Amino acid sequence: MGKKQSSTQAVKVCAGYRAPRNHCRSRAAGQLLTAIVITLILASDSAAQNKSSCIECHTRIEGKIGDPARSIQDDIHLSRGLSCNDCHGGDPTQDEKVAAKDPRKGYLGRPRTVDIPAFCGKCHNDANFMKRFNPALRVDQEKEYSTSVHGQLLQTGNEKVATCISCHGVHGIRAISDALSSVYPLNVADTCAKCHSEAARMAEFKIPTDQYDKYKRSVHAKALYERQDLSAPTCNDCHGNHGAAPPGIASVANVCGQCHARQAELFQASAHKVAFDNLGFGECIKCHNNHDIAAPTDELLGTGDKSVCVSCHKQGDKGFVVAGEMRGRIDDLLVQIDKSQSILDRAERAGMEVSRPKFELRDAIDGVTHARVLIHTSSTLEVDKVIGPASSVAEKTYQAGEEALAELNFRRKGLVVSLFFILFLAAVVYLKLRQIESRQAAQPTAQ
Amino acid sequence: MKIESIGRWLDERLSISTIARTAQKKEVPLHRQSLWYYFGGMTLFLFVVQVVTGILLLLYYRPSAENAFESVQFIMTEVKFGWLIRSIHSWSANLMILTLFIHMFSVYFMRAYNRPRELTWVTGVVLLFLSVGFGFSGYLLPWNEVSFFATKVGTDIAGDIPVVGKTMLRFLRGGDEVTGATLTRFFGFHVAVLPALATVFIGAHVLLVQLHGMHVPARYEKNYRRMKFFPNFIMRDLIGWILAIGVLAALAAIFPWELGVKADAFAPAPAGIKPEWYFLFMFQTLKYIPAKILFFDGEVIGILFFTLAGAALFVIPFINRLPEQFPRRRKIFNLIGVIAILYIAIMTVVGYLA
Repeated sequence: MGKKQSSTQAVKVCAGYRAPRNHCRSRAAGQLLTAIVITLILASDSAAQNKSSCIECHTRIEGKIGDPARSIQDDIHLSRGLSCNDCHGGDPTQDEKVAAKDPRKGYLGRPRTVDIPAFCGKCHNDANFMKRFNPALRVDQEKEYSTSVHGQLLQTGNEKVATCISCHGVHGIRAISDALSSVYPLNVADTCAKCHSEAARMAEFKIPTDQYDKYKRSVHAKALYERQDLSAPTCNDCHGNHGAAPPGIASVANVCGQCHARQAELFQASAHKVAFDNLGFGECIKCHNNHDIAAPTDELLGTGDKSVCVSCHKQGDKGFVVAGEMRGRIDDLLVQIDKSQSILDRAERAGMEVSRPKFELRDAIDGVTHARVLIHTSSTLEVDKVIGPASSVAEKTYQAGEEALAELNFRRKGLVVSLFFILFLAAVVYLKLRQIESRQAAQPTAQ
Repeated sequence: MKIESIGRWLDERLSISTIARTAQKKEVPLHRQSLWYYFGGMTLFLFVVQVVTGILLLLYYRPSAENAFESVQFIMTEVKFGWLIRSIHSWSANLMILTLFIHMFSVYFMRAYNRPRELTWVTGVVLLFLSVGFGFSGYLLPWNEVSFFATKVGTDIAGDIPVVGKTMLRFLRGGDEVTGATLTRFFGFHVAVLPALATVFIGAHVLLVQLHGMHVPARYEKNYRRMKFFPNFIMRDLIGWILAIGVLAALAAIFPWELGVKADAFAPAPAGIKPEWYFLFMFQTLKYIPAKILFFDGEVIGILFFTLAGAALFVIPFINRLPEQFPRRRKIFNLIGVIAILYIAIMTVVGYLA
């Protein structure tokens, strides 16, 4: 019985076959050896493939020639497995300079400025190639660039204009979502300003150089830099990035309307649209400016000194009247809201529960915001459609505040009356107690 | 004539005259510390106020995350005198905790817990914890922002208790987070479980007080007068209760209990979340304890300390026995009491100002 069991144990399942134990051991050793050899071959091959004699040599060189090899360490391309030869060609497995830079192996060297868009476009235009890294990435940057002012000037041979590397950098190119990238939303204006704020450089193109300073003062810059709101517009949001060009007068409203859609829509349907077109005004920018767009205030509307309406409309004309009316409606509603807010705050400070009317008052505040948008219709009638209901809400909440204060007054009077009766009752009980105790003291007790 | 016959009918069945004779015979010691005797009765009175106002609130309150806040808002704004009932309920709860603390410390310093009143003390300590439980469970019921996050912090602390913490946290919350399930659960504790337990222990406590009578501190034992419980003592109690109603009415009218804004589980916790004032000294202590003490979690050590201190309250009468024979031990207990009061007072003020 025991012998039979041991002979059974000597047979073991090996790679799916039943084989004696010693056979199994030798087979396993053979497999291990094969695996080691294959791994060593693959490792040496992989090492050869990953070798970059470009980086090895250039890192050792001080100064300008060595800089690319040092800055490429932060480059997105390197982090995605690409290296120098993927752009510049050549053979990075060769240690000898001549062999590494062999034109027969596709060595291109440094591209000329005019060739840079096509140089980058080799890969960035190739949808199949780019899919491997980011399927959502656009592949029309070079095409768009060719429509930009930069691209068109470059095509004329002007090499002073911006190309891909002017904005994205050369060897230290980072992802646009990287906060250190020169095209990260917070850095875009500085990147553009490197050239556009340089008076000497821009003189040739006869364009102003104060856009950056103006933009920095704008409501958009405040949102972007102070509130760190990355959705706030910077240069490329209005001008485009690869197809960067100043929007023409006819398309300004379309640019602003990307974000301020409702205002743009109302303006397009307003009487102002035709008048602006006839006068050649740049729609939105006529009242709000372009780079130095200030936070819009009610003062811009109406007939006051700071109003933009009076720059075209003079006293007596219809526009002047409408501007004054619209401003008056908004001001009146603001006064109403302020009164309601004030009385509700007073009631709340006195401990009254007024959270519901306070909540309702938000509808009136929303009404002001809505009315400020509706002024783009240039119609008092349209503004009134919002001001009317908002005014009713403000009135209702004011009444709620008054009722709360009346209730407070009632409570205080009620308290005085109640306290009088309470103290009276306490005094009665006290006097009764005194009377009882006097009677008890008069009686001889065991106390 | 008719009333007399009704009286005789009831007396025959309920022995009212026997109870009245006993009450007339009952006496209360009269000495320089007699004032403290009134705080027990005052605490009981405030409890009754809460029961009455609580029942009235129940007529309108709806215990769900969707409706709780709105129903309290309705009570405060639409229900006739709803604001008064809710404010009196909240103010009397807080005043009751205050009078309860005063009552407990007066009993502690007068050593009224000594033989044969050990069980009176033990039932009193149980009532202290039940009252704190009432406060903790009731705080969440308006379902406002402050109460929501304070409950979150409070139950988090309970969850840090070693071994049983996690189970206790889930038991209290009815899940892993503070949700509508927690509100329903706290409502159940507040209006059913705790009142049932409180009724039993208040009954036992009052019965024991009647059984053993008022304790007389040793220094007055040989020289004190007596006052009739009925009507002398009870009328004094009555004056106190009437004045308490006045104080509650004034507080409710001048400082109506705030409702705040509705709880939003997805909103960030507002700054400066604090628990009710009677938890503040513990809350503040936990904030001061370093994150690590040797190899142990600082907060866990703090929670353990307060748990042990709470448990120690139960055994005081059994440790500090025969104080007159052990004056040194008596002094140590007095010192502990003074330190405890100072500590609670200072940390509460610091916590309030922080």
